[in-house]
Amino acid sequence: MRHLIEIQDLSPAEIAILLQLADEIIARPADFRDSAARKKLATLFYEPSTRTRLSFEAAMLDLGGHVLGFADQGSSSASKGESVADTIRMVQCYADIIAMRHPKEGAPVVAARHASVPVINAGDGGHNHPTQTLTDLTTIHREFGHLDNLTIGLCGDLKFGRTVHSLAAAMCRYPGTHFVLISPKELCPPDYVTDMICQSGRSYEQVRAMEEVIPELDVLYMTRVQRERFFNEADYVRLKDSFILDVPKLAAAKKEMIVMHPLPRVNEISVTVDADPHARYFQQALYGKFIRMALILWLLEGA
Amino acid sequence: MNIDSITNGLVLDHIQAGRAMQIYAALRLDELDCVVAVIKNVKSRKMGKKDLIKIDEMIGLDLDALGFIDQNITINVIREGVRVEKKQLRLPEKLVNVLRCKNPRCITTTEQEVDQVFRLVRETPPLYRCAYCETACQNL
Repeated sequence: MRHLIEIQDLSPAEIAILLQLADEIIARPADFRDSAARKKLATLFYEPSTRTRLSFEAAMLDLGGHVLGFADQGSSSASKGESVADTIRMVQCYADIIAMRHPKEGAPVVAARHASVPVINAGDGGHNHPTQTLTDLTTIHREFGHLDNLTIGLCGDLKFGRTVHSLAAAMCRYPGTHFVLISPKELCPPDYVTDMICQSGRSYEQVRAMEEVIPELDVLYMTRVQRERFFNEADYVRLKDSFILDVPKLAAAKKEMIVMHPLPRVNEISVTVDADPHARYFQQALYGKFIRMALILWLLEGA
Repeated sequence: MNIDSITNGLVLDHIQAGRAMQIYAALRLDELDCVVAVIKNVKSRKMGKKDLIKIDEMIGLDLDALGFIDQNITINVIREGVRVEKKQLRLPEKLVNVLRCKNPRCITTTEQEVDQVFRLVRETPPLYRCAYCETACQNL
């Protein structure tokens, strides 16, 4: 039995298997509509989520399975003080696989330790979000046909942005990756992320403005400055509009460059970009369901 | 100054001068009933000066904690007044309940009865990260 706690739990070869499976599901969805029949997915969401929870639930339903769970901490026993360990011990009696989002970093590690069914980390605080990374890798792979030798611009909140941390960890394993880290000084990535890039032998540069680097990028990965990660509202207000992508800024981009965003967007991408040929963030959200279908199937089959 | 030799017990040698009390606290030697001598600023050919701790009883030591604090410490095991073993320390791969994670967002701050686990991610200079949230910790 396997869990997915961080993207490094999957080898590049296993990621290739999942991407291939997702491609097959996209090409022939009807072939998979009973693949998880009579199986149950528990979605334990201690934090609000739209895309991740709905895409997990849609994925399981499209595989012919069933879904149970809760969508916020207030409607679970966590509000009565129940520990993660006890919740998992109970839920594993009712479900065949668990997807969990929790505001505390490392909560899925505790969950996996007590689970007799596969646990998928659907986001833990500002730490990791491996299924978003699988979504991102699916998007990049379907656009470029490969994952190596790409220049990836990561822009916005690189400090608390868990999607950025997981994507960096994943892309570090592909040769020729160059990271361009675009953030205000206060939202630079944690040192473990830059250490990881260095140790992997990949390269990175840190800049404070996106305009100067847009021409060199293959992927521009925008992120939201997340109000819920700040202890101080004043800091959030000061930093929230640090980067706003609009159509004029994209004029200097390569023709094949794509703009991605894990969503939800606030105002870091102007709505005028939605119709721009570089925009891929809604496509990315669609791929999220297919790669989660692939992951659920793979984990249910014993990986 | 004379400190009596011990008959059965442990001598922690080659402690960096000035760090003996930190080690005394980290190993909770204050909880022992036996004689414990903390000797500071002893002349040393190799180190110039060093600290020593003598424990007049055969006790189990948390070698992981000790290796984390200072891997250059040597532990001499004394039986019947004779040194029978000299242990060298090394940086432990994993530290359990030696450090506490300082990240307020870490699950260890709220989950009951969860061990505090740190893993060695770099040897030179030593760097440990929380096994749950990856927050770095370099010293006690």
